[in-house]
Amino acid sequence: MSFASSGGRLGRRQFLGGAAAGLVAGTASGAAAQGQGPLQGALQVPAWTREQGEGVASPPYGVPSPFEKAVGRRPRTKPAFPTAASTGTPLQDLHGIITPSGLHYERHHAGVPAIDPEQHRLVIHGLVDRPLVLTMNDIARFPSVSRLWFLECSGNTPQWTGGSAKWTVQETHGLISCSEWTGVRLSTLLDEVGLRPQGRWILAEGADGAAMSRSIPLDVALDDALIAYAQNGEHLRPEQGYPLRLVLPGIEGNMSIKWLRRLKVGDQPFQTREETSKYTDLMPDGTARQFTFVMEAKSVITSPSGGHQLRDKGFYEIRGLAWSGRGRITAVDVSTDGGATWRRAELQAPVLSRCLTRFRLPWTWEGGPALLQSRAVDETGYVQPVRQQLVDVRGVNSQYHFNGIQTWKVEPTGEVSNAA
Amino acid sequence: MRPELRILLGLLAVLGLVAPAAAGTTGVLGIGHVATQADIAAYDIDVRADGAGLPPGRGSVAEGKELFAATCAACHGDKGQGGQADVLAGGKGTLATAKPVKTVGSFWPYATTLFDYVNRAMPFTAPQSLSADQVYAVSAYVLFLNGLVPEDATLDAQSLPRVAMPNRNGFTSDPRPDVPPVARN
Repeated sequence: MSFASSGGRLGRRQFLGGAAAGLVAGTASGAAAQGQGPLQGALQVPAWTREQGEGVASPPYGVPSPFEKAVGRRPRTKPAFPTAASTGTPLQDLHGIITPSGLHYERHHAGVPAIDPEQHRLVIHGLVDRPLVLTMNDIARFPSVSRLWFLECSGNTPQWTGGSAKWTVQETHGLISCSEWTGVRLSTLLDEVGLRPQGRWILAEGADGAAMSRSIPLDVALDDALIAYAQNGEHLRPEQGYPLRLVLPGIEGNMSIKWLRRLKVGDQPFQTREETSKYTDLMPDGTARQFTFVMEAKSVITSPSGGHQLRDKGFYEIRGLAWSGRGRITAVDVSTDGGATWRRAELQAPVLSRCLTRFRLPWTWEGGPALLQSRAVDETGYVQPVRQQLVDVRGVNSQYHFNGIQTWKVEPTGEVSNAA
Repeated sequence: MRPELRILLGLLAVLGLVAPAAAGTTGVLGIGHVATQADIAAYDIDVRADGAGLPPGRGSVAEGKELFAATCAACHGDKGQGGQADVLAGGKGTLATAKPVKTVGSFWPYATTLFDYVNRAMPFTAPQSLSADQVYAVSAYVLFLNGLVPEDATLDAQSLPRVAMPNRNGFTSDPRPDVPPVARN
């Protein structure tokens, strides 16, 4: 949340000399004092005001300020296989609801393929009247729509037993991002091939080295699902499935198959590895829930959050994100005392179905300890639970779909840490 | 449809002279090429739980043991005990304990899924490089490591779907929302 110069990870940042430093600072090593320009006294006209800056098209495709180098995706721990790993979105550094495409979280199972769109093909077959092979140019000709939707990995927020006190919000909640997606409705393509009445499930398959595959039930496929070729106004990034991906709103991210090459309509699920041995939720009795698709209502405070350092007593704006796979967010409650009392946060418009919603609440920190929490409510009346409610029902080994209330602990020193 | 005819119909549609549905026999909008099974055979690799999609071929536990040692053991351990990559064998009776070990034998509901996954995604450094015989063989060996087929077994499209998997009935449907709602104070 703070304005940061290149200085490594959150928590070891320096501040831009003379710039408007954020109220919430990175922690450690006296960062608040380091590199800080004079806050009092006469202003000096800086060098950049006394010369010409860079010319146009330098570079042709713009990149963030060199002072933003610390902002980036990163894995929670060093992965054994870098091509079968995930990185989180730096939610602590972002504003509003749109995730910049280059900061969208990653989860790959065989790396990011370098696909030539001229050679890419989408096959649609199975229980259809007219099996088709489509080029990217073919797909671009179909009627298109754009949608603002979040994607969340069902493995996001592994806080079943609490996690690490050192985790930042990028590490607890970074496997969620939100984009404007543009493409063709899956239903449009199914109309084109002529879905047969026996069709109940659709296998979606990627062109990556994992040939990632999931079975999509027809009701999910027909619920506004998109075959997307664009994200935030430009063609998909390679990490997000270039040139073509499935996007299923409100559904666990693994099913929104990237690098989509094939859709096969069947009369039953295909029982792929990803929907049997993975992405199933193990219960205390040893049974596992299968086809647990929807991402239930959830929220998190992104500022102040883990790794932040409150520098001074006084006014802070508590900021965060809320979302629900079942529709719109209708309310977000915020507590600064660990859930003893709650206040209603302001929701930033637009509040859209199955999209991130930004919430804010003014707060005065008196300098004492605080436990910051947020609680989302969606249009079905579902209220985000506390962790213990989830554990009571599901135990601690179900791995996926954790949506419990997040707690950030504020010390009297101003240090903020994960209290799960 | 011949390309010239498709272009003509497209032009007529743009001019509003025919409705899109006039593209008729090739679909609602008439975009794309109708695919024959031969066209898509290289992509059509899925194997279902009932065995649909399994290719001709066969492979034995003995053949699989050799292949596993050469291409799988470095990541999965020589007996499938795990290493950098997932544990493949053992874990029997652990699912309801504090430390569940989810393996092909203890957790996977279908043997066909093993064939499908190895065939599409393994070995990690060279996916889709194994022959059907090799995938049957390595599947047979992993099932043997879990005590689910005998050491002299050979698997093919008929026998693989019939391998009895211990956790076949271990899966339930999604009951969520599963947490009682709290009153907001």
